[in-house]
Amino acid sequence: MTSKAFSIDPQSAVGHVFASQRAFVEPRRLKFFLETIGETNPVYHDTRAAREAGYRDIPIPPTYLFCLQSLDNPGPPAVLELLGVDIGRILHGEQKFAFHHPACVGDELVFTTRIRDITNKKGGTLTMITQDIRVDNGHDQHVADVVSIIVVRNPPHTAGATQ
Amino acid sequence: MSHCPAGPTSLTVGEIPVNRHFDPITRHELALYCGASGDHNPIHVDIDFARSSGFPDVFAHGMFIMARLGVALNEVFPPSSVREFGVRFTAITQVGAGITCQGRVTAIEIIDGEQRARLEMTARDQDGDIKLKGEAVVAFDPQGEQE
Repeated sequence: MTSKAFSIDPQSAVGHVFASQRAFVEPRRLKFFLETIGETNPVYHDTRAAREAGYRDIPIPPTYLFCLQSLDNPGPPAVLELLGVDIGRILHGEQKFAFHHPACVGDELVFTTRIRDITNKKGGTLTMITQDIRVDNGHDQHVADVVSIIVVRNPPHTAGATQ
Repeated sequence: MSHCPAGPTSLTVGEIPVNRHFDPITRHELALYCGASGDHNPIHVDIDFARSSGFPDVFAHGMFIMARLGVALNEVFPPSSVREFGVRFTAITQVGAGITCQGRVTAIEIIDGEQRARLEMTARDQDGDIKLKGEAVVAFDPQGEQE
């Protein structure tokens, strides 16, 4: 077992663009998500209500873009694999969405993720990984820009080590 | 965006149009969210794994709380009106936390020809501790809608 916080020099990963990932907005899976979070708004449940509100089909709730990427690309997030970080060491730091076009049931979305920045905090006990994710749909529309910050808790004996 | 946001037609800085309380979070809900969201990190559902990772118990997915903040937001501002939504996860949310989600208007501005409100979004537990803090930007004047 390595005692290093990361399996590669984190700075060498800044700017890395991962292979694009696809995800399909599947209606029954979306319904399960809506029930889980307690979302009862008719626009999310009734195709007619959605069309009357101007959508092509039932739209997805704002945070579901984050879930779709995981649902159709199982396993730990690619960035953890790249850097050799165990999933038990991560926390979610920040999450931001800027929406440009709605994503709806039936859409096939493409997620393109780039590592923007990797920075040590609190004397190296924490490392913040900032990723930019661009989401496009099959209608040549830029759906959203997503920013996700993961916090890595570094093992005590590697604290401060940047390799 | 190609359709008109409904929802409030007037807002003033300082008011809190988004305000909703959710029942205490259960372990069952965390298991359901694990499956529904595709976030299978065992730290949220497997107490043995959580303990081996240095935590006393499992804890809620930050995105589960953000999803509820989104439910509270969409109760007042329809999905098509939400331009931006972002949060910082400022503290871990424990099992049993009763979360109150609020959005307070901090600014009204005209951007890209439409009237938008900035909302300071917070999720607090029953002790008032802030778990999530961030911002939503929503369009609220159908007259300003473009396209």
